[in-house]
Amino acid sequence: MAVYIVKRFFMMIATILIIATLTFFLMHSIPGSPFDEERTTNPTIQANLEKFYKLDQPVAVQYVYYLKSIVTFDFGPSIKKPNETVNSLLARGFPISFELGMITILVAVISGIILGTFAALRHNGFIDYMAMTFAVVGISVPNFVLATLLIQQVAVTWQLLPPATWSSPLHMILPTLALATGPTAIIARLTRASMLEVLTQDYMKMARAKGLTPFRVVVRHALRNALMPVVTIMGTMLAGILTGTFVIEKIFAIPGMGKYFVESINNRDYPVIMGSTVFYSAFLVFMLFLVDIVYGFLDPRIKLHRKDGDV
Amino acid sequence: MNEHQSDNAKALVCNRQEDLVRQKGKNRKAVSTEKVLTVEELHVSFKTFGGEVQALRGVSFDLYKGETLAIVGESGCGKSVTANTIMGLIPQPPGRIKNGKVLFKGKDLTKLSKAGLRKIQGVDISMIFQDPMTALNPTLQIGEQLTEGYRTHHKVSKADARKKAIEMLELVGIPSPEERLKQYPHQFSGGMRQRIVIAIALICEPELLIADEPTTALDVTIQAQILELFDEIQEKTGVSIILITHDLGVVAKIADRIAVMYAGKVIEIGEKREIFYTPQHPYTKGLLNSVPRLDLKEEELQPIEGTPPDLFAPPEGCPFTARCPFAMDVCDRVYPETTQLTKDHAVNCWLQDERSKLVFT
Amino acid sequence: MVQKDERVTIPDEWFKPKEKDSDIAESVVRPSLSYWKDAWHRLRKNKLAISGLVFLIVLTLFAIFGPVFSPHSVTGTDYPNQNKAPSAEHWFGTDEAGRDVFTRTWYGARISLFVGVMAALIDFFIGIIYGGISGYKGGRTDTLMMRIIEILYGLPHLLVVILLMVVMGASLTTIIIALTITGWVGMARIVRGQVLQIKNYEFVTASKSFGAKTPRIIRKNLLPNTMGPIIVQMTLTVPSAIFAEAFLSFLGLGIQVPFASWGVMANDALPVILSGYWWRLFFPAFFISMTMFAFNVLGDGMQDALDPKLRG
Repeated sequence: MAVYIVKRFFMMIATILIIATLTFFLMHSIPGSPFDEERTTNPTIQANLEKFYKLDQPVAVQYVYYLKSIVTFDFGPSIKKPNETVNSLLARGFPISFELGMITILVAVISGIILGTFAALRHNGFIDYMAMTFAVVGISVPNFVLATLLIQQVAVTWQLLPPATWSSPLHMILPTLALATGPTAIIARLTRASMLEVLTQDYMKMARAKGLTPFRVVVRHALRNALMPVVTIMGTMLAGILTGTFVIEKIFAIPGMGKYFVESINNRDYPVIMGSTVFYSAFLVFMLFLVDIVYGFLDPRIKLHRKDGDV
Repeated sequence: MNEHQSDNAKALVCNRQEDLVRQKGKNRKAVSTEKVLTVEELHVSFKTFGGEVQALRGVSFDLYKGETLAIVGESGCGKSVTANTIMGLIPQPPGRIKNGKVLFKGKDLTKLSKAGLRKIQGVDISMIFQDPMTALNPTLQIGEQLTEGYRTHHKVSKADARKKAIEMLELVGIPSPEERLKQYPHQFSGGMRQRIVIAIALICEPELLIADEPTTALDVTIQAQILELFDEIQEKTGVSIILITHDLGVVAKIADRIAVMYAGKVIEIGEKREIFYTPQHPYTKGLLNSVPRLDLKEEELQPIEGTPPDLFAPPEGCPFTARCPFAMDVCDRVYPETTQLTKDHAVNCWLQDERSKLVFT
Repeated sequence: MVQKDERVTIPDEWFKPKEKDSDIAESVVRPSLSYWKDAWHRLRKNKLAISGLVFLIVLTLFAIFGPVFSPHSVTGTDYPNQNKAPSAEHWFGTDEAGRDVFTRTWYGARISLFVGVMAALIDFFIGIIYGGISGYKGGRTDTLMMRIIEILYGLPHLLVVILLMVVMGASLTTIIIALTITGWVGMARIVRGQVLQIKNYEFVTASKSFGAKTPRIIRKNLLPNTMGPIIVQMTLTVPSAIFAEAFLSFLGLGIQVPFASWGVMANDALPVILSGYWWRLFFPAFFISMTMFAFNVLGDGMQDALDPKLRG
């Protein structure tokens, strides 16, 4: 297990390094460097930039300094907002985005697993049919479409819920719904498929032949095995939810990091785009790393495979 | 030197022949006449996209206390469906028990509710599956897999269940059981896993053990060990065993009686020696002739030509007619009644009718 | 005894050897269909998948001919008629510049389908070459190539796409390039898995023993047998590419006005959503969702149809 974690850890570092490097050189390849003096209107900003990116040094040296700053969790200044840095934006915006993301994940995982499990247990039945219809619709409707439709119907036409911002639990319902539907559908489908597979396994037959209660058979024997594939897609899913927060925050005017990120794209605030991309990537890759470790704990075969090395 | 070798070969052949008829266990009491299980006219079908598959079309047999009944036949003949029906493991739908009874301790298992069945599953009747690689849950420690059935049925403490589990692992011959309880299935070899599966099946001391191809997935040397274990356990516990297999070598080694199935019907049933030495049904004969034996020349090894009938639309008469060297017009039209040849041997074949004797002389 | 009586009723003349007719044994065997015919047969039974296919065909026709037959041009502005509700003149209404939403919707269909299909095709070519080589060569080559894939797979794709778009500038070509730079990895993985599975089949060993050369084995034996899951993957790549295009447009990284893609149209409609101009959001939203839905159900249907495990 230790070997496994160490291996995964180095993979994580490598991935972050690649992203950081890619970002750095991509930004430097933009015709007319984004750090040119003409782009900035504010001398304070220009000074900040030069200080941070060591613009007076050769590119190789800049690169080294850049990596160093990333290691120390410093993602650089903004060129559009004086006295703002990526870090200050993150400090303000990220907690909100994180909250939105976590609530979404929680909703998606719980409802997706429940839906998928019941669909599999009632294979080809009414529940299965309904759940899978929901799932394929949920996967097909992009979250920004769903978000706008929800605002138009629920908030504007029916006036049931507030259409924007993130100021109370009531305000959180629509954004979460819009963001969670896709992941819920994906988890439900995956859970159903792997549950159906697991249900045909001999060990399930054996569990039933032991005369165990149906609850124990499903929860203890089937679910744990069926959820393995769900755990493996959690990383990709997190990435989807995270990028989803960009549009959801934009649509619902939620003052999260996503909103700042979209703003920085629209007014070409390159250092902020760069810093946020690196931060988000590092965050996601770290989450993937955590998911891998969780998987290692869930599946005894991985853990012992690494330790014994004989199977 | 050559002579010596062939002597050895002969000895082997003789051993095998003796094996065929060996009554297992030296101190074995005569087979009891007390019935443990009675299966009567069992009909089971499955709905599929292509139509209804009639997997069992009237299966009947008795099982006596302490005996081993082997159910043999080609794949798809319904032997596993029989096992699953007795065990209450037929998924309904798509499966359906259309007719017939499974009488166990005076109860018809086909009529029991799911909760009622659970009181019998694993306690009175348990089952061993073909592939020990897949029969154990890969994510649970074997200790839990061993004890969960016992704890569900007997409401005992964790410590007591653990004690029982250790006892069972010792019974099936797994060394240092205390440490093994904490391990996962992938840490055991195939033979070991099958021993664990057997321990799980036996932990509640069932009266009936259904073994569905228990040795098919194992190496030959391991097969022998597992078969030995069956013998040992039966001697110790007096459990009745239904052994589902297509391997006549296994049958010869541990069965007391044999039921031969073909296309969802039992076509011949009887005491082992009678079936092996005086098989009556052409299919049984074919089955025995298709097994390679050291004492027969190659040309005497005869495979059965053709394939079993389509169970979507099984024939009205004897299902073996199309492949039978002795097929008569009557065989296609009417299914033959059971002929009781001796107390311990019955067959369903028109060749038992006197009139057929005139045809094939 | 009843049994005896029954036997008596059976006429004696039935007791004669049966005439051998070899047909019986043969007729039992159901006709075996070829893999593709069989798959098509099963796909046809899947009503949802077929309606998806029909929708996509109709959409493609409209995408090609719709703008041609419309009296209004895609970019033609008509400010006096801005934000008009659907009418006989403008079937889907007009936008804030008085442009015809009907025409723009089919133009958007062109963009979406083009992006989706191109992304799927390019993914397919890169993936099949990379995955094919990796799976077929095996050994250290495979390990190295898979390690690269593993790292690439860990990258957050949409973020990389955003970054590339920011750098390259927003256009149709850059969208497709950005999508394929990150997208081929999934395809390569699938191809490799398929190749590994099939590589050890006996017929491949057989053709090897006849001295067949590597490319020939790949072309003749491996390709046809790996196609099933790959086609499914391609079908499912299309909706995700369509989604990505719309997503990028929504972030302001898509096709630039006056040209239209569904994502751009939906994005433009957002500020006026509270003004009740529902058609401006509804039509692009509806067609994005329906197109993704159609591709998804078609992909699912093909997956089921091509899975030989279900054959029976």
